[in-house]
This record gives sequence, structure tokens and C-alpha cells, in this order.
Amino acid sequence: MDGTIKTYKEKSAGQRRVTEGSPVVKWILILICLVFLSTFLLLPLINVFAQAFAKGIGLYFKSLALPESLSAIKMTLIVAAISVPLNVLFGIAAAWSIAKFRFPGKTILLTFIDLPFSISPVVAGLMYVLLYGLQGHLGQWLDEHDIQIIFNLPGMVLVTIFVTFPFVARELIPIMQSVGVEQEHAALTLGASGWQTFWYVTLPSVKWGLLYGIILCNARAMGEFGAVSVVSGHITGRTDTMPLMVEKFYNDFNSVAAFSLSSLLALLALITLFIKTWLEWRQYRIERKA
Amino acid sequence: MSIELKKVTKYFGDFPAVYDVSFAVNEGELVALLGPSGSGKTTVLRLIAGLETPDRGEIYIRGKKVNNIPVQQRNIGFVFQSYALFKSMTVFENIAFGLKIKKWKKTEIEQRVKELFELLDLKGLEERFPHQLSGGQRQRVAIARALAPKPNVLLLDEPFGAVDAKIRQELREWLVHLHHDVNVTTIFVTHDQEEAMEVASRIVIFSKGCLEQIGTPRDVYENPVNEFVARFVGVMNVLELVVTNGVARIGELEFPPHGLIDGQKLRIGFRPYAVNVSSDPNRYRYKAILRHTYFLGIMLRLELELPSGIVIKARMSKEEYNSLGLQDGKEVSFEIKQYRILSKEGNQLSEEIPAV
Repeated sequence: MDGTIKTYKEKSAGQRRVTEGSPVVKWILILICLVFLSTFLLLPLINVFAQAFAKGIGLYFKSLALPESLSAIKMTLIVAAISVPLNVLFGIAAAWSIAKFRFPGKTILLTFIDLPFSISPVVAGLMYVLLYGLQGHLGQWLDEHDIQIIFNLPGMVLVTIFVTFPFVARELIPIMQSVGVEQEHAALTLGASGWQTFWYVTLPSVKWGLLYGIILCNARAMGEFGAVSVVSGHITGRTDTMPLMVEKFYNDFNSVAAFSLSSLLALLALITLFIKTWLEWRQYRIERKA
Repeated sequence: MSIELKKVTKYFGDFPAVYDVSFAVNEGELVALLGPSGSGKTTVLRLIAGLETPDRGEIYIRGKKVNNIPVQQRNIGFVFQSYALFKSMTVFENIAFGLKIKKWKKTEIEQRVKELFELLDLKGLEERFPHQLSGGQRQRVAIARALAPKPNVLLLDEPFGAVDAKIRQELREWLVHLHHDVNVTTIFVTHDQEEAMEVASRIVIFSKGCLEQIGTPRDVYENPVNEFVARFVGVMNVLELVVTNGVARIGELEFPPHGLIDGQKLRIGFRPYAVNVSSDPNRYRYKAILRHTYFLGIMLRLELELPSGIVIKARMSKEEYNSLGLQDGKEVSFEIKQYRILSKEGNQLSEEIPAV
């Protein structure tokens, strides 16, 4: 296996391949990409950290320790902790039914899964307000039974689930389709029950894709602004999540606090990216071996 | 009786994938389900396994009706065409899977897997993953996994489809030996008539979802029941003759009219081995040019072209060919020893009729 890596490297470093075209074009394209990435992505990201630490590391941690910051971090973690596992379950169920079964309306279901990607998060939030809010169809009944969903944690969890629903399912469907059903059929012929087949055969074959989906889902759940903003009611210290709190700090000209909290979110994104890249690299190695 | 199908029908939508199929397989037999692709043979295998449910008819395994018994409880071993090994498990775990599910004791599992490693010559591969195995090894692991829980019947879907020609030949012999050693009732699906002839003790031939013939390899080759079987199992020359002046003919070839009157058509067929060929242009009744010789190992196939353009396939051994001094492009003479009459639809075939 090491041998193949070497030959590949030798080839790419040594002689140019016929299909590659002019080296000038190649380097110009690479340069454009680099300039673009650094101006639009890298520079702003570095700036976030620079601003956060602008007035010293002490103030940085002080801003993070503000009660509203701590509450926002807590809320973000709670919302993610509830919505991500639920979406993992929904995602597996949706991917399973689409990849493994034939049924009428499959394309429609597939389109529905993509719906949250195409609807603006603000609209998504509004839909929930209209449904569960006091003026909404269910709002009256909920109010009579003393259940508050809008401007409260349940509403925030609901919209987060809505917005992040496609990640796990979208990640799993192509993998499950490419793995096919034969391994599962083989398990059945060997006497395994449906549950045993899922646990021993299906889940291991999709575990890396599943993890990848969970990470993306989690990143979005923690970073979601629009939808949560509509349903949260912006009650400081109660329903503000990190992105919402960042905006508040920023509007109050508390830029250090805003950037400190932002840096935490950015750090989360970087960790996510790192894990994702590692998973992809791992997957690539596994596939290459096979 | 190990397996019996009674009037089994299976539709996919409106399409009858298997239609009114009945046959029985004896305990310990090695049977091939043979047919072109889309003939329903794989569906029959999956019906026996319980991976498909029949729309009509009954399936029995060891005398017990299994129509409503789920695949898990049928105690069958199934080897998929693509092997379907569990990618995330080692070879050992793959083979032990069925035993683990059946809650065998750990020591018993180890004992059984060890037995199978020896039987299938897999020693040293215990800790490998499927992607680290060659095609032949994967297949042996798949067979070992299917055999591990001591199934009533072993079902193999195109077992030699995914390996190259040389290994395929070895695997055929190996399967015969394995069957001899294990002596479990075995049914395999193939589209390759040669493979079916060589390996199976009996062959079940399918076409378009229907069972055409069941018999020993010799039986189906020498006494095909219809044109489909005759042409699928081996090569057959088929000619359409027209009766004129009381003789059935096409080009130079003449046959008795078999009771037909002038203007009626007669279809006949004969195997390449029913043709005598001589390098002496005057030895036999018909003259032809030897267009091409195909070398098929110890047997050769000859393509004879008559002056009228009709092409006849003949067959002879290498020794005969050499002693006759035949050569491509030379003039030869030939005769047809015996032939069969085919019905118009090709669904009936007469006994062999001597022609000389």
C-alpha cells in the first residue's frame, strides 16, 4: 500500500500528465483560489480572534464569564444536546426508508428532506410562531394547557431540529444506497433479526458517514441564528443562544464580548472542520484499501 | 426429499418472474438452475431462501411447508453473487456471525470456525478484512460463512460469476469436492451451460420464468425436450425446409417430407456431432467449403459453407481432424447422420431420426 502512495507522488511531482494542460494555467488558478480564500475566509476569521484578544486575555475571559454569556453558552449546548440526537434518529429512519425500501412517493419524501435547506431560516422560525404562537392554530389550546413553546426552549429546539434535519439523512442516503441490501440479506439468511442486522451490519457500514452527519448537524445547531432568533424572543439570560448574544453584544457596542463569544463559535467551527477532514481522510483510506 | 416446489409463481408487478414452477431436489444432491439472464433462476433461489415470497404455490424444505416461515428460521446457507461479506468484520467474525446469532458457546464457535478454516483452506486469514482478500478467498469465506450454522441446504447465486476464467475452472472442481466432503444439499444458479454440465448431478433449465426441463446433464444434452433447451445446452443446427415435389429441402439439403404436402414447412435440428465430414469431396453426399475451424480444447468445431450459402456446424476430435488432413478453405464433403423435427413454435422436439 505504501508503494502505491509513492508511485502516485512520483508521478505527480515528476512528469506532467497528459490531461493536466499548461502549468501556467494551473498555477494561476491555484493563486486565484488562495487569494480568494485568504481575503474572504481566512482574514475575517483571524480578525475575530484578533478582536477578541484586542484588550488582553483577561478581558476576553471576563466577557465569557458574564452571566448573559454563560447563559447563552448553556442554552446553545442544551438546544444542540436535544436536537442533534433527535435528528440522528430521524435521519437514520429517513435514510433507511429511502435507501432500502421501494415505495410510492419516495421522491416526494426525498424532496421534503431537502426542504429545510431551501427555506430561509427566518421563514422557518416564522412558520413555528404562526403555528404554536398565541395567534396560531395550536397556540390557544397550548395556552389553555399552560404549555409555552414560542419564546421558550421547546420552540428553539423545534426550529433547530427543522433547520438541521437534512444533515444526517443527506449524509446517510448515498452511503446506504451504495452499500446496498446484500450484506443485510446475508445477515438475515444467517438467522439475524432485523434489530441484530441493523446493529451488527448496517450501523458499522455507515458509522463514519453518520459521524460526519452528526458533526455537521451539531455545527449548524449551535450556529443557527435566523430561525432561533424569531422564536426565542431574545430574553437575555433566558432564551438567548450564543449567536443571538453575539448580536446583542455587538449592538450594545461591547465588541470584546461580541468577539469573545464569536471566537468560541469560530473555534467550534474549526474543531468541526478538523474532525470532518480527519473523517474524510480516514474514509478515503478505507475505500482505497478496499 | 430435501426441497420441493409445487406450482410456484412469483410476479414482479405484472411481470411473471417465475411461473408455475414445480421440481424437487433430493437430500444431498448438487443441482444447477440454468438459464439465460432474466429467466427467473435467481428468483427461484431467493424464493427457496425466503428472500422473496411466492404469489402462488408451495415451497417445502425437508417436507415442511416454509411459505410462511421467515428467512431467519429456514436454516439455509446463501452465498450471494457479490459474496456480501460483512465489510466491517474480520474473516473470523464473518464466519462466526451465524453461530453468534444462534447463541453457540464461545468454545463451540471457535471449534466450528476452525473446522471450516481447514475444510476451505483459509488458515492464516482469520484476522484479515474482506477487502484484503482475493476474489477466490472471498468466495471461500462466503461459503464458509453460509456453511457454519450447518444449514439444511446450501444455495449459491452465480458462484463463479465474479472470478476470472482460470480460477473459475479450479473452483468448479473445488465445489464438486466440497460437496462430496460436506454432502449438504446444494443448489446453484448459473447462466453458463458448460459450468452446469460439469458440476451438477442434475440441471433445471429455465426460460422466461418457466421450467423447461429437468434432468441429468447427459439427459438434457442428448434428449432436449424443446428447441430452447436444445439450443441453450450445446449447439444445434436448425434449418427450415420447404416441401417441394414430395421432398423437404433447403438449398442442396434434402430430407424426407414426414407426411407433409408440397408447400408446407418443416423445421429440423441436429447437433454438430451428428455430422460426418471427410476431406474427400466425393465421400459423402453434400459438398461444402470448410470456412473456419474453432479450437475448443480436444474438440474442434467446423463451420461448413454450402455452395448455396447455408452454414452447418460440425464437431470432431483433434485426432480425427488431423488424420483427415482437413484445412480451412478446402473443399470437403459431409452427411447428416440423424436429426430431430422441431414443431413450429419450437416447443416440441421429435426423437432422433436416422438420415442415412
